[in-house]
Formats: sequence, structure tokens, C-alpha cells
Amino acid sequence: MESVFREERGRLLASLVRRFGDLDLAEEVASEAVETALVRWPIDGVPSRPGAWLLTTARRKAVDRLRRDRVYAAKLAVLQWEADREPPPPGPDPGADLPDERLQLFFTCAHPALPADARGALTLRYLAGLTTAEVARAYLQPAATVSRRLVRAKQKIRDARIPFRVPGPDELPGRLPGVLQVIYSLFTEGHTASSGTHLQRRELADEAVRLARILHRLLPAEREVAGLLGLLLSVHARRDARTGPDGELLLLDEQDRTRWDGPMSEEGAALVRTALSGPPGPYGVQAAIAALHNEAPDVPGTDWPQIVALYDVLAALDPSPVIGLNRAVAVAMRDAPQAGLELLDGLPGRDRLRDYPPYAVARADLLQRLGRLTEAAAAYRRALELAGTDPERALLRRRLASVIESVREGEG
Amino acid sequence: MLLIHAGAIEADGTPEGCDVQDWMAFDKAVRDAGILVSGESLADLVTATTVRVAADGERTVVDGPFAESREVLGGFYVIDVPDLDTALDWAARCPGSRGGGAVVVRPVADFGA
Repeated sequence: MESVFREERGRLLASLVRRFGDLDLAEEVASEAVETALVRWPIDGVPSRPGAWLLTTARRKAVDRLRRDRVYAAKLAVLQWEADREPPPPGPDPGADLPDERLQLFFTCAHPALPADARGALTLRYLAGLTTAEVARAYLQPAATVSRRLVRAKQKIRDARIPFRVPGPDELPGRLPGVLQVIYSLFTEGHTASSGTHLQRRELADEAVRLARILHRLLPAEREVAGLLGLLLSVHARRDARTGPDGELLLLDEQDRTRWDGPMSEEGAALVRTALSGPPGPYGVQAAIAALHNEAPDVPGTDWPQIVALYDVLAALDPSPVIGLNRAVAVAMRDAPQAGLELLDGLPGRDRLRDYPPYAVARADLLQRLGRLTEAAAAYRRALELAGTDPERALLRRRLASVIESVREGEG
Repeated sequence: MLLIHAGAIEADGTPEGCDVQDWMAFDKAVRDAGILVSGESLADLVTATTVRVAADGERTVVDGPFAESREVLGGFYVIDVPDLDTALDWAARCPGSRGGGAVVVRPVADFGA
């Protein structure tokens, strides 16, 4: 029954928010409705339309509460009147017994007027249905901190009147990247944690994939949403192979590719085709790169020319040094380590990468392959200082030891 | 409330990047939309005077402040719109948001409850 509630919670909240225009009230009566269900359903049986049952119960509770608190009701009446003028949400999901109104909530939670760290927390709390304690665990932060952040964000939503609405077609291109960014950031943190003993925070990555799926279902025609989901699935398909038996980090060339999740990888690849059915966006192109890796039998057998070409497209869309770094690594694979290193050392905006761990690792790796061992050792030491998780540090120590070993052999 | 912070000021005292016609057009648009509550543009900063009253009741009056930072409050509009997105749209249309300037959108506190 818990899982039913978790799935229904986001929908229920979204419907209530749309009707009452207030996140706190919606949350409160949603919880009360779930509590009532926990008492009633074991006695009366689970209703045929559990979502509709929960919504009706929650609405009744909200009306009761508004009767008791007339000032509050008067305030909400204004908001509600405005909400009623909005056109009803499009496209009901045929499998569901509640209309899906979560898209409004996605845009509210990712509103640019909210601080970036609050956007992720709100999305996890209200769309993924996590408790505040679970959101805090996801961010490795004290529950009190996250709770304060959520309270402040809700206060701003209410007092600054951040609306619960899907932006119109003219605003959508400006606002959608913000929503995608929230999901992407959650996934990135789940994929490679910024600190801690574990490389991956699997449950966080799972949540991000789930959110991307919901968003794709709500906006099937948006190619960048398909691109984001395709990217997340293609990368997430490798999750089991990325760490060894002792939790150590395994790089692409060390991974047992039979442990990659085939069906998930195929699903990702299919989405790439949707994402690239028109002018390419950054998520679609990244998804295509990830899918090319998944199709390859091994690292040497990877279509590096195609990957370099895709990085060229990506760099034209978003000329950031991080993309330049990835492109340089791909060029090193296509041509030779020397070519990659030259690109790396000539990257515009290179000083912004100085504290970026993958930059240090890529440099160290290329120097090692070129036999410039003293420099490689120095670069590995730098990477070690920057690495966030224990498994990354273990890998780098292993590599550093092998470089030092080679130096000794050279001397002996 | 839209607080209009001017960016760079040209030699003749008008903000860079927009002219009087832009402001007149914006002002007319706000009035025609029926959302205007109030609005003023503020006189040049050299005319500003600051008053402070200390705990002992002593009043200090000083000339200024003068622009230490580039951003100076140059005027404001109070508009009545349903939500933040609408307010942000009006802020973006305001000529004060261009040419290095910025418009800060702040809800007016509601003590009506």
C-alpha cells in the first residue's frame, strides 16, 4: 500500500494545489487523506479508483479546514479564482484515475525565482514524493537545514505568488531548461556523489530517472525532454558495472559490459532517435554520445570519430570548458594521446577547470599514456586532492602507484 | 513593486540603452493595462538627503548618499497583477531592465489578514 501512496502522492498534491492554490494546505490534507485511507482501506477494502478516493477525501478535509479558518479561506479564494480561469490541463493519462496535473508543479518547483538548491529539494519532496528526512538524506544535509530551505521556498511561492501554471508556448523554451536542469542535477549527484564513501547514490539516480519519465509522459512532444530521459537511461544502464566487488570505481575500459542493463540501454537509444528528430538540443546530443558508448563492444571498438563530431555539435550549442574537456578526451581516443593533451592544454577557460576533478584525471591519464611519468604522477596527486568519494580516491591511488612503479623500473 | 535600478548613466543623465520614447511607451502600456497602482521616477541622486535617528533620539542629516555602486534606485512602479510571472513579464518590458540596469520585483507585504 505504501507504494500506491508514493505513486499517487505527486498526482494528488498537484490536483489539490491546482484547486486550492496553496502548497501547505495541499500537503496537509493529502497526508490526512492518506492517514484516513490507512485506517479505512484495510476494513472497507481498497476502492476501485484509489486516486479519486484520496482526492475526494482530501478535498473534503480542505473544505472543512477552510470553513474553520475564514481569513485563510478569503486569501485562498483570490488564488482559486485565478486558478479557475486557467484552461484545464491537457491530455489525461488513460491509465490513471486522476487527471495528471503534475506539470504545473514541475514548473513551480523549478521556478527561476527560487534558489537553485531549493528547486531540487522541492521537486524531490512534492514530485518524487520523498519525505523531508529522505530529501535531507539525498543531499547529505541535516533534516533541519532542508526543512528550513523548504519552508522558505514555500513562503516565497506563497508571498511572491509564484504561480502554479505551465508556461505558455512562447515562454516554454525559456522555462523548460530550468526544469530539465533540476532533474539532471539530481541525477548527476546520484551518479557520482560529490562526497562520501560510495561512488553512486543509486536511489537518487533512480528518483531522477523516475522524474524524467514522468516529465516525458507529460510532454511527449518536447525533444529535449526525450533527450534528457534518453541520456539518463543510457548512463544509468551502466550502473552495476561501474563499481567492482569492493565498491571500487571501474572506468569505461575496465567495466564488464555484459553487466550493462540491455533493455534500459535500448530504451535510451530509442529516445535518442526521438530527441534528434529535429534541430539538436544539448540533452539530445549528450544522449546520442552515451548511446554510442553503449553500442560499442569495447573502448577501442567505440565510434570515436562520431563521438568527436557530436562533441563538436555540443560545443557549438554550449561552448563550456567542460565540453571542451570531454571533446579533447574523445580526440585523444580517435587520434592519439598527444593530440588530446594539446587540446586540453590549449582549452579556452582552462583555469575554470583547475578544481574540476575530471580535468585533473584526464590530464594525468594522457600524460601516463605518453610516458611522461613524473608529470603524470604530479597530475594524479592533484586529482587525489580533488576527488570527492572514497572509490574515486582508491582508483587514483592505484593509478599513482602504477606510475611510480614504472618510474622506478625506468630508473632501475 | 518594481524597483528600477539604473545601470550606466550617460553624460546627459539619462540611462544608457533606452530613451524617453521607450519610457513613455512603457508607462502608457502599464496604464492601458489597468494595473497601475502608483509610480514615480526619482530626481537625480545629488538631491538625495539621508536621515538617521540614533537610540538617544539625536537626528543626523547628511547629504547623499552618492552613487558608490553603479546601481542606483531611479524610480518605482507599484502594479497590481495576479502572480509573479506576470510581474516578471512587466519588469522585463520596463526600459530600466536594459542597458546594464535591473528591475527588482518585490511583493508588497500583506498585513490584511
